[in-house]
Amino acid sequence: MGRKGVICFIISLVMVAPRAFGASSLEEDVRQISTELRCPVCQGLSVADSPSRMADQMRDLIRERLEAGESPEAVKAYFVERYGEWILLAPRREGFNLLVWVLPFLGLTGGAAALLMVLRRWKNHPAPAATSVDPATLERVRREMAQDQS
Amino acid sequence: MTASWKRSLIPFSVVPILLLLAYGFRTDPRVVPSPLIEKAAPPFSLSLFDGGHLSLDGLRGKVVVVNFWASWCYPACYEEAPVLEGGWRAYKDKGVVVVGVNVQDTEQAAREFMRRFQFSFPNGVDPRGKISIDYGVYGIPETFFLDTEGRIAYKHVGAVTGKVFSDQIEGLLERARQAGQERGKVGRGA
Repeated sequence: MGRKGVICFIISLVMVAPRAFGASSLEEDVRQISTELRCPVCQGLSVADSPSRMADQMRDLIRERLEAGESPEAVKAYFVERYGEWILLAPRREGFNLLVWVLPFLGLTGGAAALLMVLRRWKNHPAPAATSVDPATLERVRREMAQDQS
Repeated sequence: MTASWKRSLIPFSVVPILLLLAYGFRTDPRVVPSPLIEKAAPPFSLSLFDGGHLSLDGLRGKVVVVNFWASWCYPACYEEAPVLEGGWRAYKDKGVVVVGVNVQDTEQAAREFMRRFQFSFPNGVDPRGKISIDYGVYGIPETFFLDTEGRIAYKHVGAVTGKVFSDQIEGLLERARQAGQERGKVGRGA
């Protein structure tokens, strides 16, 4: 490749690269938003993971809105406006939804506290030691068992 | 820990569980409440099967029934098709329009379905799913009842029965009559 060839290659690279990176960034955004949205006609699948036609149409719409200059947040807000919060696979961390995020930790803390209390009680009141058996009684039991076996 | 304190813990743990169960058993998990109720219906322009376009804006002042259907949606779409056609014929002269939006279907199967049920109300296709997504459709069939102001008054998921259709339409026509009377009073008072 001569000097002209190298210059042509660099120029074409400079012209194509931003477009290629832009496209990959757009697809990355489409993918990210799709993973956060529920596929409305599926059972617990995200729009990104669903092979359904509806999910396909939703991905196209996401791409179209991003290309039109909408931010990812605005695109998600559009779907929430149409379907309600149900369309989000993970509920937003605000208001009543916070319960979903806080309750598991509260449950864990409560469980740990209860376990600690039980352990402490066991420590303070150890199980009673086995009482010593009267040798005469022990002998009688052995004798009876021997009789049973014979 | 005293015995009375322990006893008081029981309602604290049992009552929330009972409340959750009561809520769960009284809620249909298949029905997702639409946030669009009492809001302006998203505008659309529909390419009709028999040519031309239908714009929702052009239907302002009428009670509009927008039905999302598909020929593969069996049995619900097959059950409601005669209801929709019958409802359209009964109410079309009273300011009611039924609009069918065919989704995720093939043209041939959709046309065959319309022929089978002798659809005479306007029907069009939503090839890219934009209208159905705009209306928050998550299952077929779904039917939206729009008042004369273009607001979504009611959304029905599943096959529309004759009772649902006539109750909704009568309610919306009555609402329109009352609104007209109110406007008349205001007009006369001014």
